[in-house]
Amino acid sequence: MQRRFVSIWFSQLLADWQIIRRPELSDLPFVFAAPDHGRMMITAVSPLAFGFGIEVGMRAADAKAICPGLEVLDDKPGRPRNLLRGLGEWCIRYSPIVAIDEFGMDALLLDVSGCTHLWGGERGYLKEIFSRLKSKGYTVRLGIADTPGAAWAVSHYGKITPLIPAGEQVEALLNLPPDALRLDEQTLAKLRKLGFYQIKSFIGMPRSVLRRRFGEDFLLRLAQAIGTENEVLVPLQVPVAFSERLACLEPIKTKVGIEIAINKLLESLCKRMQSEGKGLRTGVLTGYRIDGKMVQVTIGTSGATHNASHLFKLFQLKVDQIRPALGIELFVLDAPKVDDVEVPQEEMWTSTPGLDDKSVIRLLDRVAGKVGFQVIHRYLPATKYWPERSVLRAVSVTEKPQASWRIDKPRPTELLKTPVPIEVMAIIPDHPPKFFIYKGVRHVVAKADGPERIEREWWLDQGEHRDYYQVEDELGGRYWLFRSGHYGGEQKYKWFIHGFFA
Amino acid sequence: MDAKKELFQKLQQDILLWQGFKSTSSGKAERIGLGGIEDSFPGGVFPKKAIHEFITIAPEDAAASDGFIAGLLAVLMENGAACVWVSTSRRLFPASLSLFNVEPERIIFIDVQSERDVLWIAEEALKCEGLAAVVAELNKVSLIESRRLQLAVESSGVTGFILRKDGNKAASTVATARWKISPLPSESHDGMPGLGFPRWQVELLKVRNGNPGSFVLEWAGEKFKEVKKLNKQTIWSDLERRQIG
Repeated sequence: MQRRFVSIWFSQLLADWQIIRRPELSDLPFVFAAPDHGRMMITAVSPLAFGFGIEVGMRAADAKAICPGLEVLDDKPGRPRNLLRGLGEWCIRYSPIVAIDEFGMDALLLDVSGCTHLWGGERGYLKEIFSRLKSKGYTVRLGIADTPGAAWAVSHYGKITPLIPAGEQVEALLNLPPDALRLDEQTLAKLRKLGFYQIKSFIGMPRSVLRRRFGEDFLLRLAQAIGTENEVLVPLQVPVAFSERLACLEPIKTKVGIEIAINKLLESLCKRMQSEGKGLRTGVLTGYRIDGKMVQVTIGTSGATHNASHLFKLFQLKVDQIRPALGIELFVLDAPKVDDVEVPQEEMWTSTPGLDDKSVIRLLDRVAGKVGFQVIHRYLPATKYWPERSVLRAVSVTEKPQASWRIDKPRPTELLKTPVPIEVMAIIPDHPPKFFIYKGVRHVVAKADGPERIEREWWLDQGEHRDYYQVEDELGGRYWLFRSGHYGGEQKYKWFIHGFFA
Repeated sequence: MDAKKELFQKLQQDILLWQGFKSTSSGKAERIGLGGIEDSFPGGVFPKKAIHEFITIAPEDAAASDGFIAGLLAVLMENGAACVWVSTSRRLFPASLSLFNVEPERIIFIDVQSERDVLWIAEEALKCEGLAAVVAELNKVSLIESRRLQLAVESSGVTGFILRKDGNKAASTVATARWKISPLPSESHDGMPGLGFPRWQVELLKVRNGNPGSFVLEWAGEKFKEVKKLNKQTIWSDLERRQIG
């Protein structure tokens, strides 16, 4: 396919942006300035100030002398990039591949191969971009050509037409100054010194001569503009393989409308995924609002699925988070994470219930969608004696236990997260206590089993071992108590309650 | 006259069926291993398609209720189905469930922050036919909330257990049965020292269309065993405890 690129040059990016934000500045000359070596240097100039002869790179004090009414605004580093990023994301409506021009940091490069016919040809396409951006308040110059380099050159320095037909980029470049090749200042100065004021005066020279005088970078830039060398654009948003768009005739404002949009998107996405044997793991719904902002909701599934009604239920939980404001004009549904889906053979009768039952998986997806994956726990036996470490969190719903659960030793039904100190009276050392006081209540021990000594794993943490006793008080309450440490040991022993038996 | 009687009986049967009680005449009676307690229920069958409410105030009661429910889960989960346990402040120790013949890895614990989420998840889970049972630990349940849960149960047939922490016995809910399980002193065999099988006072405070009652039950290693002959004993939770300090 014939590749085509568009360059959008924002000639007064910062000034336009400032005027959009503060319309009262539109008839005042103003500049942006940033501190540099202790002086304020001008970084951007408004069109009115430019008329006074103020240029980028002047000192703010000098500019004020030229134009006494000049407004000097503070500039922040990185602001052009942020602005371009925002504009670039808005421009994704024109092409999925939008890149920021890293050279001048004042233009966007779009790979528009196969996009322009949607707006009735390249002329209509450029017109649309131009008028939309102009209505927003941005002054732009456009260029369309076979290479990003040529498009950039035409948008910045072209004088005749922004539309360079396929294969004619070399002719279009001939009359442009060498600045149009995105060269560094040093090379440009050298070219000017040698009298090369137009590209045509050196384009025919042997490559070896050019390389010797101007370096490899110069040749690369030239080749990229002509098209003999490929230039790779780094897209702002990497296009997702599974993605569906739904443009709306009228902005959508209601919950019902959003739900219909989600349903439509899911239908076509699931159809595609089904035909390729894939299932969704993560889904991102992006709504582009007419006020230029974006709203986004994300869902996740615990197993790959292309069941539209299930996915719709997951989105339904999140619909309330979508703020349509004045309305959403474009919905995009991406599936950044997909997995192969196993299509189980449908059983004739009811399937065997279990953890991998479809309805259970769907329930967990819904819970995860509403509350989060982190609230769902499953436990597997761990081969450890220390009570707190004797159970293991399972990673997935279908993970199988590696060991069997121990049933030879009594374990309490309810375990306290941290053992609580208790007061105890024990008659003989190493015997269960006679009574203990927990939460101000005295429990007289009637029966007891134990001790069960559990040693601490010294390679994991330091401390005393525990001697566990299973005791029953006179009334039938059953408790799990332990003594930490030896009687008469170097450290003082302590008694704790750690759980309740059924 | 007989025709009228027959009509009434038929209607009563229908009502029971709608409320989730399976009639015994429709097939083999499914016993859940509760022995004589099951006779308290209409038709003598433990209602699986229903909400069971457990009042647990003291941690000892809660532990006893957990054990009792675990014993029931062992039967309910026999077919391999999973169970969901929702709570805001769970203390259940998964490893102990294996002592009640329940595979702990088949229980999905959902630990959330708010009571609202517990109710929402419990309702969603009760609608999920692939589950055997849902256990929800709640502080209190209102009539409307319990009715929603009951409606969810009626459509799916999942057994619902609510562990209620407020002591208001009179609180009106639409639960089919209201239980209170408290521990009793155990008795070891042949006068051996140490603890015997866990033994509980099982109070069936309310049964819809059934007969409430009080029973003494033991988890005899593998199954419930009703203890008929009992020495004079006090019920744990009815006693005033002496406060110290």
